Amino acid sequence: MSLDIPQTQDATSEARRQIEICNACRYCEGYCSVFPAITRERAFGDGDITQLANLCHNCRGCYYACQYTEPHEFALNLPAALAEVRVESWARFAWPGRFARVFQQNGVALALALALSIAALFWALTALRPESGQGFYAFLSHAAMVAIFVPAFVFPFAVIAIGLKRYWREAGGTAITMAHLKSAFGDAARMKNLSGGAADGCNFEKTDRYSHARRHAHHAVMYGFLLCLASTSSGTVLHYVFDMPAPYGLFSLPKLLGIPGGFLLTIGAASLAWLKIKADPSLGAPSVWGGEMAFVFLLGATGATGLALYGATGTALVSPLLALHLGTVLAFFLTTPYSKMVHGFYRLAALVRDAQLRG
Amino acid sequence: MRDLSKTIWDVIVVGGGNAGLCAAIEAAETGARVLILDSAPKAYRGGNSRHTRNFRCMHRGPLSVLTGAYEKDEYFDDLIRVTKGKTDETLARMTIAASEECLPWMEAHGVAFQKSLSGTLSLSRTNAFFLGGGKALVNAYYNTAEDLGVTTRYEAEVTHIVVEDGAFTGLDALIDGTPSRIEGRAVVIASGGFQADLDWLADAWGSSARNFLIRGTPYNRGVVLRDMLNQGAESVGDPTQCHAVAIDGRSPKFDGGIVTRLDCVPFSIVVNKDGDRFYDEGEDVWPKRYAIWGRLVAGQPEQVAFSVIDAKSIDKFMPSVYPPETANTIDGLAQKLGISGTKLRETVDAFNAACRPGNFMPTELDGLATDGLTPPKTNWARPITDPPFYGYSLRPGVTFTYLGLKVDETARVSGPGGPLANVWAAGEIMAGSILGEGYLAGFGMTIGTVFGRIAGQEAAAHVA
Ligand SMILES: Cc1cc2nc3c(=O)[nH]c(=O)nc-3n(C[C@H](O)[C@H](O)[C@H](O)COP(=O)(O)OP(=O)(O)OC[C@H]3O[C@@H](n4cnc5c(N)ncnc54)[C@H](O)[C@@H]3O)c2cc1C
Ligand code: SF4
Ligand code: SF4
Repeated sequence: MSLDIPQTQDATSEARRQIEICNACRYCEGYCSVFPAITRERAFGDGDITQLANLCHNCRGCYYACQYTEPHEFALNLPAALAEVRVESWARFAWPGRFARVFQQNGVALALALALSIAALFWALTALRPESGQGFYAFLSHAAMVAIFVPAFVFPFAVIAIGLKRYWREAGGTAITMAHLKSAFGDAARMKNLSGGAADGCNFEKTDRYSHARRHAHHAVMYGFLLCLASTSSGTVLHYVFDMPAPYGLFSLPKLLGIPGGFLLTIGAASLAWLKIKADPSLGAPSVWGGEMAFVFLLGATGATGLALYGATGTALVSPLLALHLGTVLAFFLTTPYSKMVHGFYRLAALVRDAQLRG
Repeated sequence: MRDLSKTIWDVIVVGGGNAGLCAAIEAAETGARVLILDSAPKAYRGGNSRHTRNFRCMHRGPLSVLTGAYEKDEYFDDLIRVTKGKTDETLARMTIAASEECLPWMEAHGVAFQKSLSGTLSLSRTNAFFLGGGKALVNAYYNTAEDLGVTTRYEAEVTHIVVEDGAFTGLDALIDGTPSRIEGRAVVIASGGFQADLDWLADAWGSSARNFLIRGTPYNRGVVLRDMLNQGAESVGDPTQCHAVAIDGRSPKFDGGIVTRLDCVPFSIVVNKDGDRFYDEGEDVWPKRYAIWGRLVAGQPEQVAFSVIDAKSIDKFMPSVYPPETANTIDGLAQKLGISGTKLRETVDAFNAACRPGNFMPTELDGLATDGLTPPKTNWARPITDPPFYGYSLRPGVTFTYLGLKVDETARVSGPGGPLANVWAAGEIMAGSILGEGYLAGFGMTIGTVFGRIAGQEAAAHVA
């Protein structure tokens, strides 16, 4: 399988240049797993650079601690160099690659996708309005929802699977064992690296002062998202296994999972957006700033519209809010393989690969 | 920008490296009004402290990241060994004893530590490593100082300390290039050594010193040191000596820092630009020898030398910041290094012929010595035969100078008429009192932390 976009040498060789300086220095070893991975090697192939880039979570500790940042002639800015390689690698692994560029870099494109999805849902709600039905199904039949959302759900995963396979080949990954997975998921669940290693937090939004804000906001988003996903899944199980279709009451599993999930997701996304505004864009990949910001809003909007929809139960607002919410969710899923959302998948892959390399 | 001349400062700290910051924090914690002046722009703040990685800390049992115990006597013996006795025993013992409580103090003021770095496991008991290195430490101290209300002015070079009747009254500084007089009630001088003033180095060492590279900040030019000496302050340390190590000859003139070090010498032969060997490359393990190689290279024509290895040894040492010159023949390598191919081949051949079979053990003295060669190579002598061949150029890299201000146990500076009433010194500028010769890894930051804190406390007590 040939890639749509070849690995460009600009970002990769710049990252390699910096990584080689780090390997002669090693002062940042205590921040994250990138540096121990660097010190295991002497020479860095393109795949090694991709792997290191995906291990980095842009905490910026190593930028503020570096005695070689500009105006020093070594011009170190490892968080930015790795961010460039990272976003480029996601675009390269994505299928079809063109989409990735568009949605990653361009907040307007993402907004457009959102608008189109919402419009599609409005159309569906008017055109496919069922004769009868309860709750949401009074507006859009269960069959129509399944017809729209099952493909919208399966498609991104299929595309991401292609990307991950490409990643794995480039990073030189080998057969995965339970131990590797345990290590990687353990790190991810605790966001061990986001805690700053031996540091008290990361250097994201308060320049060289440490802060836990980004970790907390990210935790809120991740667990909020997972709760919402669990809520939908529990609804599906209730529907099919127990023959208990929606609507569900407040003390039902979908609501008990979904409401806190929605709040966490919304608040977390708002905090992430705020942190991103405060942080120095030149320590990330400036080309994708807009796209990432739009993605954070989209993510937050899935939570916020879901909550609004629930709040509007029984009022005239249900129909437009349903279109808004379902449209947002649809846009979110369809763009997942091409948005910042993929970072989670590649990061997990990088952690698994790192567990392999640590042996 | 607020006019610094309008305030009478309680304590003015000259130099915002480790020692100056420790002094400023201690003084500000008593409520004193503190001003730090540093000649560097903000991006280069922190002087040489920015380039450090650890400090040497006495401890009776496991402490933070430190393993085992490192007792006073062992610490003192280590110091005596490197200085060959050139130390002030009272000050040295005091510094060592005080180092133990420095670690928790540093943590309480924002410094984070990490386990000893890969490749430096031998230091995990004696030296506590700063997470992210010295720049992270400096950042933490600047944040702490800012929170305590300390005023910091960058691009402010102090040119003269005004001392009247044995007491400090103010100082002259170039603030963004404009001369200003700033008044204060006490001063802590923490402006480092003079190694960045190449003219001064050349006076002390000879004109060859102009070819030396300076490993740290270009801002430590000894302006205040010279000013104080001109005013009759008591000095300490050999004015002609500097600590120099052999570093990569392609390094920047200033501020190359830690990455420019080269650890290949013990596994190599080192020739000068005439292609001749001049010293036993395998005399001892590298950490114990790297400090003498600065001097050795400084003694060679044009202050340059070349370390040559073959494919067998390329992965036996820490990676270098610049890739080595590489060639498949000795002649080709010589050409790339800019030395005579015939001569290098002769030297390599003579060396190879003198190598003897035996067990090569890279991490210990393996006794694998040459036979009948002058100078000999007494360990790790393996023939240089396997292409590709690699070469690095070496130049002397100056870490610090020894000449400084003499201080007493309270960090007080003395003038011609005895101790000055309100002038203290800390860090590199007074380190010669304790470190008269040689160097003990991590001791520079220990001296700066211990004396910086004392100086800050004493100055604050004076103005209280
Ligand atoms: C590459 C390298 C690595 C090192 N590693 C270690 C290590 O790991 N551990 C260790 O203990 N030691 C190490 N050292 C030694 C250590 O750097 C010094 O001992 C220590 O930093 C001295 O601290 P200081 O505060 O006295 O001086 P500095 O940190 O150099 O600060 C002096 C400050 O004074 C300012 N200044 C100078 N002149 C003036 C003036 N006229 N007016 C105003 N400001 C002025 C300078 O800009 C500078 O900011 C290393 C040195 C180098 C070069
Ligand atoms: S980022 Fe800078 S300080 Fe950190 S390891 Fe790399 S070169 Fe060293
Ligand atoms: S930005 Fe943070 S995660 Fe990335 S390499 Fe630097 S220290 Fe590691």
